Amino acid sequence: MKITFFLIFMSVFLFAQDNQGSVPTDSTVISELSFIESFIVSDMGSDDGTALRVKWIFADHTKIKNHIRLYREIESDTARELLCDITTSTNEYIDKNLCREESYRYSLVTLDSVGAEMPGIISTDYIKPKANYFKTNKIILLLMILIYTSVIVILVETVKKGKVLFVRKISGLDTLDEAVGRATEMGRPVLYVPGSSTMSDIATIASLNILGPVAKKIAEYDTRLIVPNRDPIVMTVAKEVVKESYSEAGRPDAYTDNDVFFLTDSQFGYAAAISGIMTREKPATNLLLGMFWAESLIIAEAGNTTGAIQIAGTDAVTQLPFFITSCDYTIIGEELYAASAYLSREPLLMGTLKAQDYFKGMIIFFICIYLIFLIISTIFGGDVSFLNKILEIIKFIFKS
Amino acid sequence: MFIRRTLPLLIAGFFGIAMIIQFFIPHPASRTFYNMVLDWIIIVSAFTYLMAVQSTVELHTTKIKRRVDGWQYSLIVLISLGITAFIGILGGAFTPSTFLMKLIPAFKPSSTSPLMYTYLYMQVPMQSTIFSLLAFYMASAAFRSFKARSFDATMLLLTAAIVTIGRVPLGEFIYKDFPEIVEWILKYPNMAAQRGILIGVELGIIATSLKIILGIERKYLGGGK
Repeated sequence: MKITFFLIFMSVFLFAQDNQGSVPTDSTVISELSFIESFIVSDMGSDDGTALRVKWIFADHTKIKNHIRLYREIESDTARELLCDITTSTNEYIDKNLCREESYRYSLVTLDSVGAEMPGIISTDYIKPKANYFKTNKIILLLMILIYTSVIVILVETVKKGKVLFVRKISGLDTLDEAVGRATEMGRPVLYVPGSSTMSDIATIASLNILGPVAKKIAEYDTRLIVPNRDPIVMTVAKEVVKESYSEAGRPDAYTDNDVFFLTDSQFGYAAAISGIMTREKPATNLLLGMFWAESLIIAEAGNTTGAIQIAGTDAVTQLPFFITSCDYTIIGEELYAASAYLSREPLLMGTLKAQDYFKGMIIFFICIYLIFLIISTIFGGDVSFLNKILEIIKFIFKS
Repeated sequence: MFIRRTLPLLIAGFFGIAMIIQFFIPHPASRTFYNMVLDWIIIVSAFTYLMAVQSTVELHTTKIKRRVDGWQYSLIVLISLGITAFIGILGGAFTPSTFLMKLIPAFKPSSTSPLMYTYLYMQVPMQSTIFSLLAFYMASAAFRSFKARSFDATMLLLTAAIVTIGRVPLGEFIYKDFPEIVEWILKYPNMAAQRGILIGVELGIIATSLKIILGIERKYLGGGK
């Protein structure tokens, strides 16, 4: 119901736009200067009302012998401000950082060889920039979000009806049980690092989603869990997640508030402190899941030297090689976001996981189609207009 | 139950949808709303630092009380925390406070505040020290991973060797097109692999955001379901 409401709401928002907002009001002047055919000023559209587009069309380039300058005047202040020198290679000027309360007028002035103004200045009428209610250049993006949401809804409904969806094996996540079991056997704690980022980072949220099932498993095995944090908000959420998981496992008494704690918000201070914990507490399992930057290798290498089993996961592409090198298992990119569904096997979450896969398949399909058409088009010397049109459409969709 | 579950889900859903809509509206009113939400985040974050201090003090006080191994370090942490807070409150953050200038005439408005002094001459060098460890860790990690145990590892070793040699003047000295080969490796095979991962990541981000907005994902509130 909530999902249907969301879709209807977004659709209404998309189609019930104030169309006047996106139609630019303009001021056109038919030039008296023989070499300028027209001189147009119009609202930019899809903006916050701080820009105007000035366009001119040359009738005959060859007649231009002198300098031409573009000036701007504000209605409340008659002083003329030079914007740019016009050359034959340009036919447009975007005037940015304007005030939407003011009206502006633009003039083209021709200069003689000594730099004096020649007669025959052409000016537009005063025009006010207008704030729009919708970014028309982002319409494809909005449609994509709606399509993606629809796919999620359809798959969630399918799973609700009892259809079993296949999800490929993710070794790093399958090993979590084994890793926690190892810590229990060795009588050592499990160290869970939820990344160095804040709560506004989706990777951190994904990490905390994994922390729930992991903490539950740890509570069932009666092992100690250490969660050091770099951000106070993440710490608060992590405390809540661990506490609830211990309660769910029927072991609220085993939860120790001091084991989920704040370290420091300094990047390398955090790395040094975690390295210290690894050396002193000697955890049997290190779980490094979330967003990491340059400190990733420092933490992972410190863990490696203690002989702990290490499972890392991040969506930071630049840090992945470090984790692959220093950790036993690495959860790569999107697998981090799939982990929550993979571990819990909840039907609703599995539906969204499948939607992710289908959409990725669609993107791969379009990339392949683009590549094939591009090769064919190149073979035929780029003369096949039908293919070029398709290529343009795909390019437009992905650029948007 | 309503306060702990339903209300946070409603708030997350409302603000999630509001922020999506805000992204598509260029009107200044939309930006004002966005800035207001950012201000709220800053205010809430500032208050959460009190919890961070409380967590740090509680953790280290417990360690000192129980005389756990290395409790002396906890004492150093608490003393440092106290001193830093004291000089920060009395001395000002960036320039010396009026109170400090009256107390110690040597401090001028242009001079560095004591808090900034601790940052520049204590915290920054310590951070740089830890950062410099990265070079040694990189060498040890590279040594472990560049062993030609399998076909994949051999490929990795060869590629790494080419990129490393091509990035230094020696590479150009051996073969003049070495830097161009390196550029090609970084620009095409490497970039293609990175983009492949990034497409998956972006879809994962959108899916996770939608799951939270629609209330399908609730684990971040604590508990399983």
